[in-house]
Amino acid sequence: MATDTLNPRSWLYPTPRGLYCEPGDFYVDPAVAVARAVITHGHGDHARPGHRAALATPETLAIMRARFEDMPNTAQQPLAYGETVRLGEVDVRLAPAGHILGSAQAVLAFKGQRIVVSGDFKRRPDPTCPPFEPVPCDVFITEATFALPVFHHPSDAGEIGKLLRSVATFPERTHLVGVYALGKCQRVIKLLRAAGYDKRIWLHGALVPLCKLYQDHGIDLGDIAPVSDAILETFKGAIVLCPPSAMADRWSRRFADPVAALCSGWMGVRARARQRGAELPLVISDHADWPELTQTLKDVGAPRVWVTHGREEALVHYARSIGIDAEALHLAGREEEGA
Amino acid sequence: MQAFAQLLDSLSFEAARNAKLRLIETYLRAAPDPDRGWALAALTGGLDFPAAKPALLRGFGQDKIGAELFALSYDYVGDLAETLALIWETDPAAGPPPSLGEVIETLQRATKTQTPAILKRWLDALDSTGRWALLKLLTGALRVGVSARLAKQAAANIGNQPVDAVEEIWHGLSPPYRPLFDWLLADAPRPRTNAGGAFLPPMLANPIDRAELDTLDPAHFRAEWKWDGIRVQVAASGDVKRLYSRAGEDISGSFPDIVEAIDFEGVFDGELLVRREEAVAPFNDLQQRLNRKSVTAKMLKEHPAHVRLYDVLQLDGEDLRGLPFDQRRARLEAWMALASRARFDLSPLVTFQDWAHLAELREAMKSDGIEGLMLKRADSLYLAGRPKGPWFKWKRDPMLADCVLMYAQRGHGKRSSFYSDFTFGCWRDANSETGEGKRELAPVGKAYFGFTDEELRWLDKWVRDHTTNRFGPVREVTQELVLEVAFDGIARSSRHKSGVALRFPRISRIRTDKPAAEADTVDTLLRLLP
Repeated sequence: MATDTLNPRSWLYPTPRGLYCEPGDFYVDPAVAVARAVITHGHGDHARPGHRAALATPETLAIMRARFEDMPNTAQQPLAYGETVRLGEVDVRLAPAGHILGSAQAVLAFKGQRIVVSGDFKRRPDPTCPPFEPVPCDVFITEATFALPVFHHPSDAGEIGKLLRSVATFPERTHLVGVYALGKCQRVIKLLRAAGYDKRIWLHGALVPLCKLYQDHGIDLGDIAPVSDAILETFKGAIVLCPPSAMADRWSRRFADPVAALCSGWMGVRARARQRGAELPLVISDHADWPELTQTLKDVGAPRVWVTHGREEALVHYARSIGIDAEALHLAGREEEGA
Repeated sequence: MQAFAQLLDSLSFEAARNAKLRLIETYLRAAPDPDRGWALAALTGGLDFPAAKPALLRGFGQDKIGAELFALSYDYVGDLAETLALIWETDPAAGPPPSLGEVIETLQRATKTQTPAILKRWLDALDSTGRWALLKLLTGALRVGVSARLAKQAAANIGNQPVDAVEEIWHGLSPPYRPLFDWLLADAPRPRTNAGGAFLPPMLANPIDRAELDTLDPAHFRAEWKWDGIRVQVAASGDVKRLYSRAGEDISGSFPDIVEAIDFEGVFDGELLVRREEAVAPFNDLQQRLNRKSVTAKMLKEHPAHVRLYDVLQLDGEDLRGLPFDQRRARLEAWMALASRARFDLSPLVTFQDWAHLAELREAMKSDGIEGLMLKRADSLYLAGRPKGPWFKWKRDPMLADCVLMYAQRGHGKRSSFYSDFTFGCWRDANSETGEGKRELAPVGKAYFGFTDEELRWLDKWVRDHTTNRFGPVREVTQELVLEVAFDGIARSSRHKSGVALRFPRISRIRTDKPAAEADTVDTLLRLLP
């Protein structure tokens, strides 16, 4: 597959609008509205409204329709995992990324050279989406959200155990769990169910539409209900999920002496957890941690690695130390919140 | 070790006192001996391991992932013990993690050259929280927001005992406190009070005002000045010489000048002050001496400490707490007359005819080192805690200033969604660059109490409706709300932009009736300086 004569930066390169594939005339996860976009997944810093045409998995397109009002104006091209389509002179395939429902790596092939844009990914099992598929390639573009050796995400079951232990210790308090609305929310619900928690889980209104969307895609979330439906409910001992921003807001005043739990990969570092006001930090992340990132570089076997959004420096340093030609790729518009 | 690590982990994120107590109680009940005893020792600050130096830990980290990645990691995390705990990987082949008792007993026996290998084996066996707790324990700074007093309270709670019952015997016990737990959780007898330097729970006073005084007979009461220092207990027996805070914390380490000057046996109640050339220095000066691990010679010279005694609890092995105040006072005065001591003197009684006379004396006393008056019944026995009736504190009326609200910040715990921390300012002339004749607000203080729940809701709404700027959790507001701020004292401060620092500022009234332009100036505050 390798062709040494072709410089990969000649056909895929960063621009102010995003990562541009010249022979295919499309952008991958552009930061602004463009004529043609390939979207890896539905999070707001990757999927943006207003493109004239968008190619993504059917699940990601459904998420975009749920989030953006003017999607009818976007020509939507669904592409299931594993299928290949040709855009211009480039073959495009989507491979599972294991990040959230519908998340994909964009596998781009041009003149015998293969570049994988992995978007956001993780390697551990997630009951809401198929697992990451390592695709051998010439250039691997990796995220670096948690690219420091301090990030070893603990087991999901252990973190959920912490939450359930806290519920048992403080049965008169409401456990308010801050989760990102897309992906984290539904995964945490599934993890609670897997741990045997079958009581009703209450939701902030902002989480309801995407939970509904997950249910429509066959993901069973058990007994869930919006907080606004509650009649005569004191929420004592209850688990209530909400966006992190709602935890310190007036909305949260209705609950009995709430325990503020926050689910995020950042919770592994105490100072970060305290800054975010977490009383019960839960390290549950949809991004690869350091061992997963470094293992992935070995699994895909790419001689070249481009590192984007996050702590690029450490991962570039590591990749070079094992003989990979690595460099940082600075992309506009990436956020680290909600990771 | 894992259970103790989970306890520290939970405590470090929990702000509420009652929840902290619950966490510690749950642990102490469930953990076996001697682990729970060692845990109690760690929480009360009773352990010390000189072998685990930061350089050792840094070396471990660099060996593990290389100097460059370690530097990037440490830079990001900002705490050495935590960085090492996070980068280290658990080795499933390392065997079971050590118990807390095993950790402490092993380290107490290990030589300095043995320590690194032992430590590495434990780091392999523990999970990341366990490693963090181990390293925090070894480096001697738990920083989980638990005072010694709170930990003792939790211990007392598991045996349904008052904390003072634990406090009285505490300094006669040593870790891992087996007899203490046998008493609290089994039927063993209460360990004996060790008279040598034990902390005796102090007697506290209730506040009173002028109107309430008229219901009391002045002939039954003795009056003393209420000094503006910190309440301490001086306890000495044999070689044991200690200075305790009101909460029973041993603060001897910060005040070697006092401890060295103890040439007597007994337990005394008094006020710790900084005193220069007979005059009591402002509270700020005393603050320079508090919470310091090492005390420099310069500090001892510039901020000399002094204890002004006002009660005696034990003298030459005799417990005087069962005597009435007048008799204790007579014993104290007689004892003081035996020798003159540079670091100790007697707090004089204030003689008065009736309440009106005392009120006049209180008004006339303008000294900065005095907060008001203490009133003690002549027949009062020395009773631990805050009994109603025998002792009163009659504080000076607070000073007041009208200030303008400038910034608000969200509170913690119960108030976490409310803007409840308020920064306020007073007017001063703007500097010449920003405009001739213009005035600007200079922050003079911060208050987070003094208001009712209803006023808090009102203030919270006001802040939300008048926000002009946000800096993270802080909101800047339009400069138009006047707050009447009460405070107990004022001192010059180079740390504050306005040049003054207020003591115990609190919001006394919301002055919606007053235009911001008529609020006080910094100059007015400066005139209140003693």
